[in-house]
Amino acid sequence: MKNCDLVIIGGGPAGLAAAVSAYDAGIRDILILERDNCLGGILNQCIHNGFGLHTFKEELTGPEYADRFIRQVLERKIEYRLSTMVMDITPDKIVTAMNREDGMFQLKARAVILAMGCRERPRGALNIPGFRPAGIFSAGTAQRLINIEGYMPGREVVILGSGDIGLIMARRMTLEGAKVKVVAEIMPYSGGLKRNIVQCLDDFGIPLKLSHTLVDIRGKERVEGVTIAQVDEHMKPIPGTEEDYSCDTVLLSVGLLPENELSKCAGVALNPVTRGAFVNDRLETSIDGVFACGNVLHVHDLVDYVSEEAASAGRHAAEYITSGEKKSDSAVPVRAVDGVRYTVPTTVDPKLCDEMVTVRFRVGKVFKNSFISVYLDDERIQHRKKQIMAPGEMEQVILPKKTLLARDGLKEITVRIEEA
Amino acid sequence: MVETKHLTCICCPMGCQISVDMEDGKVLKITGNTCKRGEIYAAKEVVSPTRVVTTTVKVDGGELPVVSVKTEKDIPKGKIFDVMSVVEEIHVKAPVAIGDVILPDVAGTGVNIVATKNIAKAG
Repeated sequence: MKNCDLVIIGGGPAGLAAAVSAYDAGIRDILILERDNCLGGILNQCIHNGFGLHTFKEELTGPEYADRFIRQVLERKIEYRLSTMVMDITPDKIVTAMNREDGMFQLKARAVILAMGCRERPRGALNIPGFRPAGIFSAGTAQRLINIEGYMPGREVVILGSGDIGLIMARRMTLEGAKVKVVAEIMPYSGGLKRNIVQCLDDFGIPLKLSHTLVDIRGKERVEGVTIAQVDEHMKPIPGTEEDYSCDTVLLSVGLLPENELSKCAGVALNPVTRGAFVNDRLETSIDGVFACGNVLHVHDLVDYVSEEAASAGRHAAEYITSGEKKSDSAVPVRAVDGVRYTVPTTVDPKLCDEMVTVRFRVGKVFKNSFISVYLDDERIQHRKKQIMAPGEMEQVILPKKTLLARDGLKEITVRIEEA
Repeated sequence: MVETKHLTCICCPMGCQISVDMEDGKVLKITGNTCKRGEIYAAKEVVSPTRVVTTTVKVDGGELPVVSVKTEKDIPKGKIFDVMSVVEEIHVKAPVAIGDVILPDVAGTGVNIVATKNIAKAG
């Protein structure tokens, strides 16, 4: 079995940024394992622009953003294997993978970074009645077919879910000549960015029906039509509100799920809210030397934050490799309450943490003119007004190490939303 | 005659419903915005809305059948479908590199179509 200082699972935006930062922190023996036949991950099919405003101060398309990081990896001659599927990770960091050239192989890693990303929630998770005809795609599958493989999946389209991928695909299919009849969203608000609602739907006169869902899919061989109905406050369809649409294609844009099968193999403890690992301020999971970043840790809104988080994971993994495990005896839990659905990280060690700790979170509903507050035990140390917060956008607070250290016997850090 | 245009601000998740009173193509009054950014956005959007168009172009002899492209700058919103119908017809030969001009001055906009992905030759 070969030894390797750092094995990175996944060559998308998270894996690439983690690799670059670990290299720059002095680690040379790095291997990125990527299941697809190219680096860059999902960015390769996200051909729309709007990426990189924070990182590069310009608007790039997904492939261009990926290329910036791929070039950094190539310049540093960081090793990677494509078309390589990781099968298993053990708690003592033995990684089993396979590809066509090497067959099955094992690596003993000193540190592992989990950067596997997420995948789309499938139809099976939704319990939509009806037959199972051809023509039902997740939005991301349709995106891949059009933007990478050059196929057009349909001509008359209904989209369920108003996440950003669904909105982007409404525009993309319209540009390619399809008729997108409606986007139905079960929630009373869209999970997508305002910019996408305006530029992907309003620009083309595509109606967005909030508090509506799909109650029937018709057609036996190919989709022939769907029925959409309004839902009540318990998300139950209201009888009498049904509307029929004829269509040959249904796209589902109904949420993303971190892909943590490998994390489970390794015994990494997972947060039921994010479905990603519990991590400390160094982005280390419950297993020593196993770090996580990007959408496998929690689903992000902007790739810029993925790159930032992954760079932090890479740096901390490098630190772990060069100076060994930091023995934490003073980790303080971070609690998410009152409108804050979760935080990443879930513990901070004031003695071991960086000078500034970024705590990322999402809110559970739309808040207007409310405050993001941070408490150290009972004392409020931050109170920042936000005109608007929505579940679709990540929020963050930054905790200075100094402030945490100044407080003896700190028991817990609480992040909450306080309404005016 | 005063005409009122309604639009949704895209500057932040607030999505303010902005109304713009106009006369002879000139902005008279902007209301409904809650910050300066909204005013700037609305003033431009009602007079000359522009968009960057991103799509794909067919590739001959490449490792992938299509390459992603964009308009190098934003183009008038009303020209989106003119651009699409021109770009639809184009074939390029692999290899293609990021930044390659695929088509200069698309649909009389003065803006180039450029590649946003590297596509190597097949095989």
